[in-house]
Parts: sequence; C-alpha cells; structure tokens
Amino acid sequence: MTGALLFKDIDEPGLSTLEVYSGRGGYESLRKALATTPEEVLAQLEASGLRGRGGAGFAMGKKVSFLPKGSIDKYLVCNADESEPGTFKDRELMQKSPHMLIEGIVIASYAAGASRSFIYIRGEYVHQADVLDAALAEAREAGFVGEDILGSGHSLSLVVHRGAGAYICGEETGLLDSLEGKRGNPRLKPPFPANQGLYQGPTLINNVETLSTVPAIMKMGGEEYSKLGTETSKGTKLVSVSGHVQRPGNYEIELGIPSREIVYGLAGGPEEGREVKCWFPGGSSSPVLKKEDLDLPYDFDSMAKAGSMLGSGAIIVVDDSTPILDVALKVAKFYRHESCGKCTPCREGTNWTVKMLERIDDGTATPMDIEIMASVQEHIIGNCLCVLGDAMAMPIGSMIAKFRGEFEEHIETARARNVTGVLVHEAFA
Amino acid sequence: MNSELREEIEAHMALYPDSRSAALPALEAAQRVHGWCSPEAIEQVAAVMGVTPAYLAAVATFYDMLETEPVGRHSIYVCTNISCSLRGADALHAAVCEAAGEDPEFNVRSFECLGACDIAPMASVDGVFVGPLTLDDVPQLLDDVRAGRRVLPAKQLSTRKVADPHANSRDFPAHQVETASPSDASGGAA
Repeated sequence: MTGALLFKDIDEPGLSTLEVYSGRGGYESLRKALATTPEEVLAQLEASGLRGRGGAGFAMGKKVSFLPKGSIDKYLVCNADESEPGTFKDRELMQKSPHMLIEGIVIASYAAGASRSFIYIRGEYVHQADVLDAALAEAREAGFVGEDILGSGHSLSLVVHRGAGAYICGEETGLLDSLEGKRGNPRLKPPFPANQGLYQGPTLINNVETLSTVPAIMKMGGEEYSKLGTETSKGTKLVSVSGHVQRPGNYEIELGIPSREIVYGLAGGPEEGREVKCWFPGGSSSPVLKKEDLDLPYDFDSMAKAGSMLGSGAIIVVDDSTPILDVALKVAKFYRHESCGKCTPCREGTNWTVKMLERIDDGTATPMDIEIMASVQEHIIGNCLCVLGDAMAMPIGSMIAKFRGEFEEHIETARARNVTGVLVHEAFA
Repeated sequence: MNSELREEIEAHMALYPDSRSAALPALEAAQRVHGWCSPEAIEQVAAVMGVTPAYLAAVATFYDMLETEPVGRHSIYVCTNISCSLRGADALHAAVCEAAGEDPEFNVRSFECLGACDIAPMASVDGVFVGPLTLDDVPQLLDDVRAGRRVLPAKQLSTRKVADPHANSRDFPAHQVETASPSDASGGAA
C-alpha cells in the first residue's frame, strides 16, 4: 500500500482545527468537486467502487444514484451511531479529523443534490460531538457549509444531532425515527430511505468512515482509488481490533490482506501461551470464525464465503481461556437488552436464548435444549423488520454449530455439579 | 420554569424542519437541569415543544441515557460488553459498585459497548472515557470525581494516539494539548 489514506495525518497536533486541516490539503477536494458537475462527482464515486463501511457493504455510488433527481428537498444523514460491539473506528475519525468528515458530507451532498444534512452521533460520544460542533462552526465561518458554498450555488445546512443511548438507532430506519424525535423503532422496507426517508423525503444515509473516504477519492480520482484492495472490495478499511490481543486498536489496512496479518501482525495476537479460540470478523453480530480461518483474506467476499461477514470491520478475538458459553451469554444478553420489542421473533427469541443459555450454565438444561436453541435462531433469521434479531441469531447459531461439543460438555458438567449438591449448598449458603 | 432551559429547547427546535426532532436534545437539556427526566421536567419540555407529556415519556423510556428514575449526579458507565468483559470488565464493574456503595452522588451502571474497546476495560465518567482500568484505579477514580478534578488524567482516551504503526505520514512533535503524555503510543495491552 502506498500509505494511509484516512490515517495519513491522524495524530497531527491540531488536526481537528480548520487551520491545520486545510494546511495539510484539506477542503481541496471540495473545491475540486464544486468545480465540476454533481454528475461528474457521482461518476467518480461509482468508479471508486467504494462500499459502505457501516456494516452492509452496499456500493456508495449506487446508493447516491438511487436518489430521485429534481428540485425536491433531499436529505443526507451521516450515521455516527457507532454501537456495534467491538467497533470504535468512527470515534477515532470524528475526534481527530472532524473536518475530513464534514468535507466528505459536503461533497456527497453535492453529488446527491441534498440541501439539508445531519450527523446522528451516539449520545455517549460526548467529546467527539463537542469536537464536531467546534469544527462545524469553523467550517460554516469559512463558507464550506451554508448558503452558496464557495460561490458554487450549492447550499447545505448541517446539524450535529446527539442520540441518547440505543443500539437500534444505528439501524438506518430506526435512526431516522429517532432523528424525527420518536422512539427509535425500525421501519418496514421498502420504501427505502432513498425514496422515503427522513420526514418522508429522499434521504442518503452513509456511515462516518464511508463519508470520510470521499475527500480522498476526489483527490486521487475514483479510478486510482479502485486500484487499492481486491476485485470486489476496493480501497482501504479501518479495522478495530479488540479482545484478547496484545495491541488492541484501530488499524488502516488495504482490503484483502490475510486476516492473520491483522490479528497477529498488527494487533500482536493473544498473550504468550494462549491461542485464538474464535474471532468475530465484523462486530458481535457476525458469525464467529475459528483459528484456521485466519488465513483467509480480509475482505467482503472472503468473509461472506466463509459464512460470516466483514460488517463494520470490528475484529473481536477470543482466546482459549474463555468458555464459549460465556461469549454466547454476553452476546445474547446484549441483543435482548437492545431489542426494540416491535417484532415477536426478535423480542421473544433473544429473551429465550438468554434463558436457555443460563439453564445450560446452572445445570438445569438437557442436551435437547441445544436443538431447541439452534431452531430458535433459525426462526429469527429473516423474520423481522430489521436485522437486530439476525444479529444475535447469526453468531449464536455459529457458536452452536462450531462448538457443539463444548456446549454439551458444559451441560453435563453443570448437571453433575447439581447432582452432587454443590449448587444447592450455594443456594442456602 | 427556568427561562434558560426554555431558550435552549427553542434553539434546538429551530434547527429542524420539524421541531419535534428536538425531542432528544430537549429532554437531555431538561435532565441536566432537573437531574433526571422527572414528570416536572417532562411537562416543561412538553409545554415548550407543544407535544403531550405522554409522548415525551414514551420517548424517554426508550433511551438508556435518559433517566426516568432519580439518580446520582455523577454517572459512571462501566462497559461490560464482550470486548471489555474479555479483559476483566465484570470484576471492574463490581469493584466500582462496591467502592461507590450507597453514595447518592453516584450513578454507577454497567453499560453496553461504549465504542472504546481499544482501552478495555473502560468506563465513561460523566462522559469522559478512561481506560484501560485496573481494580487499583477505582479509589482514585471516585476520589477524582468527588473532588471535581479531571478523572485519571493519564488514562483519558483523548490523549491516546492511534495504534496503527503505519498511520501518520511524517514525524511531528508530541501532543501538547493534554497535560498527560500518552502512556503507550502503540496502544499496548493492560
């Protein structure tokens, strides 16, 4: 790789200020974009092959092109609700390089013909939202945001909107309801946001990392950008590595490098004497992979082919010191807590999965419970308005399939412990 | 009601094509004034926004950061999601709960992933992210909050550089903005 794109200047002191950002070539891409037509900018985005960095991996240029043309009110919403467990890349970008995101938003809004934009940032990111607000004030003052930007005739308002703590608001339609001042319940799709989104108007929704990549694409040209990465996974990607590794953190990689290079080469792998038991390649919603899968290239298609997904690019490593049941319980409890309760398979399925896992742990489960638990996961997938239920069912299903023996052993050990009366004694202690 | 609160809510309402979008920032502002989303706080927001208190109560109960019961002034969210728990977050949460005890000043909660797994296990103390935390940090953490000092300055997330060794295109002077030096530029493990 020629060098980092998003992380090129990331720790430059004062990069969050307009002075340092523009001193390092910032807002040049915006000038370049405004000097051409929106169609030309869109063509560059499409040529880049950039796929959404939030989780679904949908081609960004195509998403922009879905918005209807004409002079109706169109919206651009930046999804900065980063809540997928294990993911913390957007936080780094917003905190350290807020102007890069703002520049990306203005360029994308020009291509999409949007005149109003919002950054929906999760409420827990207090510092990052303050940094964005300060950067936005500077950008407005300098004429990069507002009426008739740099004399181009393009106008854009931008508001930093703070959420209040709800995982489901990272789901794009839940986010839209929340931004409209409601409970963040997902909507039925279609209609898709490109046709009927915020305030029922056409809306482009993109993740922070996706929009932050736009200035680099404008600078180097879509064609040039598309030379990075693999045939179907273009460009660079921020990967958040966490869990049992020696150097957890964010790394910018070229898509398609071996996963092992990320987990061991960059993040240092598990501690001496420990081995990788399983890893989530794309946040806690992604089906787990095993250590032999570490030789797979890290890109959208390779992860999908292996039965998992690249998701948000959050690699969570679990080493052999942790029982798989502990991992399953943590994951299932999280989705139970975050289910909005609108769809029955998700609301009930997450709850019963937690109960069954707890039964395994306290020695009241039978081997048949594993079958039931596996079938519950199958009945959730594809049967809800949004993918929150799937987000639990996929990793839990994968753990049952790949670590069945360990679940069975856990049931037997816990039952034997009950028979000898240890638990009973504990209960009366 | 407090006229500053009214002005703040009205300023939020003016930012959106549909003023109802201001519900979350308005409730957050009222919570800052009242300490929680009390019935009185909700009624005040409802009066300014022109919506029913019931509507706002329904909204408030949906979001984790809007408190619908009275709580301590200082919030300590200990992340106990997967990445933090793999690094000892459950013991950390128990230790913070025990140390804070019945002190009514504190609102200690176990929280879902706060997006800072690089400093796991971690906590958000009145919105300031600190980590990686050890059990030994707990007394200092609470003392700092009680005394109104910056919480564990050497462990604040804002002072850290990215872990990626290939980041940053050229050499530049060390960070000067924060008093604490980044403890470990490579983002080393706890």
